[in-house]
Amino acid sequence: MMEEVKVIEIKKSVFAENEKDADALRKELKNKGVYLLNLMSSPGSGKTTTLIRTISLLKDKLRIAVMEADIDSNVDAVRIKEATGIQSIQLHTGGMCHLDAEMTRQGLDNLDLSDIDLVVLENVGNLVCPAEFDTGSCRNAMILSVPEGDDKPLKYPLMFSVCDVVVVNKTDVLPYFDFDLEKCRANVRMRNPQARVIPICAKTGEGVDVFADWLLEDVKNWKQNK
Amino acid sequence: MHELGIVFYIIRDVKAAAEENHVERVSGVVMNIGEVSTIVPEYLTDCWRWAADKETMLKGCELKINIVPAVTFCGDCKKEYETVRYGRTCPYCNSEHTWLLRGNEVEIKEIEVPNT
Repeated sequence: MMEEVKVIEIKKSVFAENEKDADALRKELKNKGVYLLNLMSSPGSGKTTTLIRTISLLKDKLRIAVMEADIDSNVDAVRIKEATGIQSIQLHTGGMCHLDAEMTRQGLDNLDLSDIDLVVLENVGNLVCPAEFDTGSCRNAMILSVPEGDDKPLKYPLMFSVCDVVVVNKTDVLPYFDFDLEKCRANVRMRNPQARVIPICAKTGEGVDVFADWLLEDVKNWKQNK
Repeated sequence: MHELGIVFYIIRDVKAAAEENHVERVSGVVMNIGEVSTIVPEYLTDCWRWAADKETMLKGCELKINIVPAVTFCGDCKKEYETVRYGRTCPYCNSEHTWLLRGNEVEIKEIEVPNT
């Protein structure tokens, strides 16, 4: 005999709870005057090097802390601390391919936020899952490096549609790759007309000041409109 | 790995819904999964089996998947077309001013509980 069942309708997106958590976290951060930047990219695009360069340009103007999220190891947190001297902690996702708002909150609980203006969350290197989970950040930025190709916005549309800024890194190797910066800009625009594209070379520092200036302005605006 | 993360969110929501409805055991969960949601249904059901059996309330609970076909709307000629077949470019007028109407869902439709 078949087991009789009763059906309870739910009709709810799996992401809904996380989005609620993220909105609550964003509000709290606003009240505290803390700006959270969620930095995403593929593995090896140069997130940590870009961060070290950016922090060096901004650390006299803003009080900065960094949360490094990885599946394992603490090499990135150590690198940031050694290179810049700022507060830097490592979050382990325990095998998960992204961070959600609750994990971000737990990370923030381990930082002393009393005298911090800007927290940068370096998300897990991945172009798929981090785009689906709102971390509660004020802004999303992503780094696309030249060797990855100018077609990435077409292949990972969601990532590019959730980002306010797309940093194109490793411009020093442009002569060696079939990477067309204008085509890349057009591909980003197709997914997200509002996104700003900033070409940089984290290794030489070229263009990093443009990104740092954008970030400084944005943090100031965020804190003013409290 | 992506699907396993999603499974943990489904488990959290299903447990919350069961508690709300004073249910002790859930025998089935029905999902609406969009064709272009980046979820691979077989991976989702495999991860579900592994994770759900570790929960007393969800032991043996079956995950059923409805696939929601993806449909794109063209902002220029106002027609709808199959996303997976034609992609971003409208097959009627070649426009790229198109956006997804449906097919991105990762949604718990309903849960089934033994009627005792």
